[in-house]
Amino acid sequence: MQQTVVNLWPLLGVAVIILGFALRAHPVLVVIAACAVTGLAASMPVHQLLETLGKAFVKTRNLPLILLLPLAAIGLLERYGLKEHAQASIARIRSATTGRLLIVYLAIRELSAAFGLTSLGGHPNMVRPLVAPMAQGAAEVRYPALTDELRHRIRAMAAATDNVGLFFGEDVFVAFGAIVLMQTILRGEGLEVDPLHVAMWGIPTAVTAFLIHSWRLHRLDAEIARAMQRGEGQP
Amino acid sequence: MIVKLDWFIVIVGLLLLSAAVMALLDRHNPKRYSSALFWALYAAIYLAGEQIPPAVTGLMMVLMALLAGFGGVALGRHSERTAEQRKDSAQRLGHRLLIPALLIPITTMIGSTLLKDVQVGGALLLDPKNLTLVSLGCGSVLAVASACWLTRATPMQALRESRRLTDHLGWALVLPHMLAVLGLLFTEAGMGKAVAHVVTSYINLDIRLVAVAVYCIGMALFTIIMGNGFAAFPVIAGGVGIPVLVGVYHANPAVMAAIGMFSAYCGTLLTPMAANFNIVPAALLDLPDKNAVIRAQIGTALPLLLANIALLYFLMNL
Repeated sequence: MQQTVVNLWPLLGVAVIILGFALRAHPVLVVIAACAVTGLAASMPVHQLLETLGKAFVKTRNLPLILLLPLAAIGLLERYGLKEHAQASIARIRSATTGRLLIVYLAIRELSAAFGLTSLGGHPNMVRPLVAPMAQGAAEVRYPALTDELRHRIRAMAAATDNVGLFFGEDVFVAFGAIVLMQTILRGEGLEVDPLHVAMWGIPTAVTAFLIHSWRLHRLDAEIARAMQRGEGQP
Repeated sequence: MIVKLDWFIVIVGLLLLSAAVMALLDRHNPKRYSSALFWALYAAIYLAGEQIPPAVTGLMMVLMALLAGFGGVALGRHSERTAEQRKDSAQRLGHRLLIPALLIPITTMIGSTLLKDVQVGGALLLDPKNLTLVSLGCGSVLAVASACWLTRATPMQALRESRRLTDHLGWALVLPHMLAVLGLLFTEAGMGKAVAHVVTSYINLDIRLVAVAVYCIGMALFTIIMGNGFAAFPVIAGGVGIPVLVGVYHANPAVMAAIGMFSAYCGTLLTPMAANFNIVPAALLDLPDKNAVIRAQIGTALPLLLANIALLYFLMNL
């Protein structure tokens, strides 16, 4: 009988994460606590743990660039009324509703990601300055007394739409990193797959994702209408 | 190559350093010393990260986390223009305001597709290893320049605006970065093997539908824990996908891989660990509930995960 020894102690790190988020502790503290517990569970001495953390922190410093680099330009444009302009432009299109606008954005985002143009959207450079203000503006034209609660809901949906479009579009693109990763891992296990086939078999899910999310966006319009009617009925 | 990623690392370092200096000089910030220290530490990671010994950068990261976690990073005071002023300039500038904003995605696209192989004087124009980031950096610089030209604002004002937004993001800015560190640590500590061991030893995979469901839900759950589908894929594909779905049920590996990765993405939509996609936007959009984006995504992610199970079940032997 084959005996394999698997060290289960690192799972304690996962327990810390779950517990931390369940107790609504500060996320940054949860992460650092999980780092400490995982390191100790893997019996790393403190000095080595700090070295591992430090090396990884410097190695991954490219990650925040995508968020930080556009901020100066976006901030300056906001100061000169970019959001207000986006809202005023959408108000001129009579047939525009929050749901319809976000469905159009979902289609553009998912299709462009499927052609490898993943940088066309994004939270700091598209959602904050343009998509969210437009989605909110479309609802404000119809309901000038839009509640803050609905405003937040619309903005959250705008961010969600960007994510759904990106995730389920990019995997249909052959040259995307995830497909290369899948191919490399399967090759390591002795399975040869054609990247084109992996991309193609992603299409059914990509279409389903579009249908489910646009149906929800469609219902968002009804949800806003219902909430505002209820609000008007009250004194 | 001519345009290197290092330039933009330095630019971000300088942006953070200026945020630190402005925080230090801001008398209205109740926690100006600890806020300034936080931004200065982060700036040092970009400006001198490779020169500082790793144990010290590790210590700096822990210190930053403690400063942020115990409320030491506070919002400073910023001179914002009134809504009236913004409306006026929006009317005056009109659609021209969109030009700098769209320059960022358009330059990124052109840089990462058309300019990919362009050479100037025998050297590649853009760093090929970090093509997208370098193109985004160029786009951002062009956008700042054109925005200053359009609005007649000074570059100093652009710096102040960048600080306003970084200040506003606060700890949400470093959370994705620290999560990436945790992800690397998890891998080093052998988390993958431990999870695969637990899944395969305690669940009966003799029923085809159960095996498919365990594979898809396992992808999603492991992504929820790790915050990243790329970390989940090798573990669950290696633990369940290849030995059981392909090995026992003769699934088409391409279908298994494609739908497996998409199941992992359903997990990404549900986890605060994917802070870049879920927590940062909540901060960027001024949402009081930091999980608001995740809440908005539940209704899409769960039905889609069920659809993935069905799709994989019916498509894997075609």
